[in-house]
Amino acid sequence: MAAFVVVGVCRAPPGTRTVGRDGRTDPVRLARMALNPDYAGREYPPAGPFTVSREEITSFADAIGSTGEAHRDPQAAQALGYPDVVAPPTFAVRLAQQCEAQLVQDPAAGIDFSRVVHGEEGFTHHRPIVAGDVLTGVLHVDRVREAGGHGMVTTRVELADDDGQPVTTVTSTIVVRGES
Amino acid sequence: MSGQTTGTAALSQTVTVDRARLVDYADASGDQNPIHQDAEVARSVGLDDVIAHGMWTMGAAMDVVTAYVGGDPGRILSCTTKFTGMVVVPEGGTVEVLVEGTVRKVDEEAGTQTLELTVTSGGQKVLGRCQAVVRL
Repeated sequence: MAAFVVVGVCRAPPGTRTVGRDGRTDPVRLARMALNPDYAGREYPPAGPFTVSREEITSFADAIGSTGEAHRDPQAAQALGYPDVVAPPTFAVRLAQQCEAQLVQDPAAGIDFSRVVHGEEGFTHHRPIVAGDVLTGVLHVDRVREAGGHGMVTTRVELADDDGQPVTTVTSTIVVRGES
Repeated sequence: MSGQTTGTAALSQTVTVDRARLVDYADASGDQNPIHQDAEVARSVGLDDVIAHGMWTMGAAMDVVTAYVGGDPGRILSCTTKFTGMVVVPEGGTVEVLVEGTVRKVDEEAGTQTLELTVTSGGQKVLGRCQAVVRL
């Protein structure tokens, strides 16, 4: 992956070890990486509430170069059957990152943010986010593992509305580059 | 769009990014990592120059998909990507990113299509396994 080329390929230990729910750990190598394997399976209290405004949606759309009417014109959104302007498909990252901060900024998790690169991202939309939504996000740490000398942490944020109905599931994998 | 078969080229569009847009994206997304704004910081961590947020590239690519489904963002049911390459954005420059998509799967019963996107900049792939499932 080109992301690793940033610092060159680090010493590549043979094989890939997984830590987490299966209980297999390698404390020595993880200590070098400093990622805390005990965080796998962890669930955080709900973060938020986040009130989504028209301005936030339109600013996000502008920033990704979108001219889509549904992101800026309430009447255009209503013509498509939505109560208000609709967020772009990746807008939820704005909210998810605020939830993920609970993990990333926790010193005990051992994530050195200066060594973090983004590996993967995914969104499953149970329904689109619209202006006026009041959402909360529950952060789950799904997986903590080592691959090729790097640490990898996969998180999932479940965004729900104020009726508790699911809105968006955001999955993210960050790569903590190993010491070369 | 409907009736397309697997492997059909569905979309192709060039989008552009410059430093000002990255500042806008940092504000809009909340991702203020300085490697996306400050060349000195970028170089200090071993990069050649400022790079675009991977999520900017994904967002721009999914906007092309939104246009493909008639400008209705609610018809994108899911989307996913790996970040495999970097989009370097030099000071004063405008960088082109090419977004191309083909229909990978059609589910007539569910009324959905799976699109596979190829996203390149300067001929280099920047997103990997980038897919979107859309409602027709």
